[in-house]
Amino acid sequence: MREKVREILTAFDGDKSQVIPMLQAIQHEVGYLPEEGMEEVASYTGLRRSKVYGTATFYSQFYFTPQGDHEIKVCLGTACHVKGAMNLMDTLERELGIRCGETTTDNKYSLKRVNCVGSCALAPVVMVEDHVYGRVETKHVKGVLDKSAASV
Amino acid sequence: MQQVFETIAKQSRAAWKALHREDIPQILIGSATCGRGTGALDIMRAIQRKLDENGIQALVKEVGCIGMCYAEALVDIIKPGFPRISYSQMTPEKATELVESFLVGDDPRPDMALGHFGDQALEGIPRLYELPVFDGQERVILKNCGHIDPESIDEYILQGGYSGLVKSLESQPEEIIEKVSQSGLRGRGGAGFPTGRKWASCLRAQGDQKYVICNADEGDPGAFMDRSVLEGDPHSVIEGMIIAGYAIGATRGYMYVRAEYPLAIFRLKKAIAQAKERNLLGENILGSGFDFELEVFQGAGAFVCGESTALVLSIEGNRGMPKPLPRPRTTEKGLWDKPTLLNNVKTFSMVPQIMNRGPQWFAGIGTEGSPGTAVFALTGKIERSGLVEVPMGMELRRIIEKIGGGVPDGRAFKAVQTGGPSGGCLPDEMLSLPVDFDTLDRAGSMMGSGGMVVLDDSTCMVDVAKYFLDFTCEESCGQCVPCRLGTQQMLAILEDICAGQGREGDIEQLLALGESIIKTSICGLGKSAPNPVLSTIKYFRDEYEAHIKEKRCPALVCHRLILYRIDEEKCSGCGLCLRSCPVQAISGEKKEPHQIADEECTRCGICLDVCPDRFGAVECITGQENLASSGRDGSECPH
Ligand SMILES: Cc1cc2nc3c(=O)[nH]c(=O)nc-3n(C[C@H](O)[C@H](O)[C@H](O)COP(=O)(O)O)c2cc1C
Ligand code: FES
Repeated sequence: MREKVREILTAFDGDKSQVIPMLQAIQHEVGYLPEEGMEEVASYTGLRRSKVYGTATFYSQFYFTPQGDHEIKVCLGTACHVKGAMNLMDTLERELGIRCGETTTDNKYSLKRVNCVGSCALAPVVMVEDHVYGRVETKHVKGVLDKSAASV
Repeated sequence: MQQVFETIAKQSRAAWKALHREDIPQILIGSATCGRGTGALDIMRAIQRKLDENGIQALVKEVGCIGMCYAEALVDIIKPGFPRISYSQMTPEKATELVESFLVGDDPRPDMALGHFGDQALEGIPRLYELPVFDGQERVILKNCGHIDPESIDEYILQGGYSGLVKSLESQPEEIIEKVSQSGLRGRGGAGFPTGRKWASCLRAQGDQKYVICNADEGDPGAFMDRSVLEGDPHSVIEGMIIAGYAIGATRGYMYVRAEYPLAIFRLKKAIAQAKERNLLGENILGSGFDFELEVFQGAGAFVCGESTALVLSIEGNRGMPKPLPRPRTTEKGLWDKPTLLNNVKTFSMVPQIMNRGPQWFAGIGTEGSPGTAVFALTGKIERSGLVEVPMGMELRRIIEKIGGGVPDGRAFKAVQTGGPSGGCLPDEMLSLPVDFDTLDRAGSMMGSGGMVVLDDSTCMVDVAKYFLDFTCEESCGQCVPCRLGTQQMLAILEDICAGQGREGDIEQLLALGESIIKTSICGLGKSAPNPVLSTIKYFRDEYEAHIKEKRCPALVCHRLILYRIDEEKCSGCGLCLRSCPVQAISGEKKEPHQIADEECTRCGICLDVCPDRFGAVECITGQENLASSGRDGSECPH
């Protein structure tokens, strides 16, 4: 892991302003921010580890535990909220047997909330990886899951 | 400079011409995020396949969002001999059929068409701009969106792109700023600060290095104007930023883009690379001696980073916590303590046109105090949701009823929410208000960056207030007590009210808390967080009272105040609800009346939806008395 992180960090010159892009790059490659990653960023930039953690924990994009293969994000933005997004979230929680913010035990899915993906006209919206599914009804949820499972 | 640019423009024209041959049809696919969400890429593949099968030569290209999101997926065809025709609600199957009819054959399929762009009448197809959705719209910011391929700098140049930059590079910085001031342009990020004044103060500020930052954090949940501009016309923002850089003497710029906007980030990076290739960015731009470098910075998911000082801290690699007052202005001490100019996406995107068409042209649009146009993301319970751009000063009612087509499904309008978590809800009586920065503020809402969410009688206003408080609570950076704890207190009271635990005096408590949070918070997030609550109390106090006094949710939304039940007299035992219930909460023998087990019921409402109208046996009830007669009082509910 440490080697892998070091490799990723070679793309940066070590300036401490690049902490966020570095963390993003690590998470992009590894899927989350492992402890070694945080340590490497700290020593590479010369910042204290607490400082790097301080920055990382401020932002909702960063995760500190491994995530599922598929990232399912339910939009709970205003437009989606008034169009019943909570029901979608309930349905997904039930289908996957996990709560929002958790990962299934087989590591297949992580369920998350997001505040607006900017496709409000298609509300309610579910995003799988970078793909936006619009006008989702509770009865479509299974289809969305199957489709994402097929796209490994 | 003009000459250097003329050579570049000539190349662009040649490249464009080679691609857009007059004898072959063009097919335009709306492929911004919303178009992709309705299958634009599958449609594009289906069309290409059909063209290949039939050996038809055509130019298939992606364009940004024209704003008619309700009609997505959109496909436009420009066939020689015909005007450009827009087709709505496309699917791969329908698109294949359309190609068969119109391009293999010669039938423009009026039954599938939404409208055409021609001047002459076309049998059976209306002119697009005469559709009610375009009533009173004026496209300035969205001028190119949906018309050009956002990934082609040639098309942007062909539309007059980068000529505003050339004009600017030939003038003095003071002249540019004077023009911006004369136009009356006010920042589109929400606060409406006069742009010229901001630029002037940045020009005056001393510093060996200055920065230009574009705020593309668009964190307001329920808004997507900036995303559409970035995805549909990225060069307009880039051009505006370069002009700003030249005007204030900055040589570096950052675009701070929300992490949730991958397509916008991709297109921006591509646009930057193209601009560099043509020497419209980078060193010695067009031989003017002016250097400007531009970088995309991807946000990491924090709403508060839209605030200027937090955004700057975030680029510097820190936690994005707004700086308390008194603090130096960002224009004097911003990024790395250097003078920094921060503007919204739309603010920058208007600048090239102001340079080109002159400040008087811009000042002539809209109202005296708020010139220009406003872009709104019209969403929620509205017939035609999408992006609209209207001159400032247009009545809210016209936007909602004429352009948006009003509330669908025969429901009644209840309120319109503008300004997101910092704004408020306005009721029907306020719809005669004109939209501009100052009027909406006075009415207890705000213009914000342009989210406009329409709510109907099935929306609970207390729930909406709770929703926004939950949002701000979650997004509060936590450094100041009023915002961190005050919003939590307000949220707790709202949760109680929605759960049937509201008490006499809660409303007064909310008002008092709201007022002190507004007075004492450090930044705009806290200072505006109570607005959704205060405005709903102001205009919808009766709904709060119904929740508190009668344990009744008039809109049938708050789970703990409603229950679903089946009228035994009316139920024929068809079993439809039983089979549809996702949690098996319904039981009953065939042909016998069914029952709903309240403890199991998740209040998804599917049973009510599926129960055939001729029976109408499922009902949703609320209010202490009704709930009690069904065997429970509000507080016992398992949910
Ligand atoms: C909590 C908070 C969030 C904000 N979010 C945004 C945003 O997403 N986009 C934006 O342009 N301005 C946002 N602003 C306003 C900015 O602080 C700033 O006023 C604006 O970007 C200046 O640009 P303008 O003069 O072009 O409007 C936000 C302000 C606050 C207090
Ligand atoms: S509110 Fe869900 S996409 Fe905007």
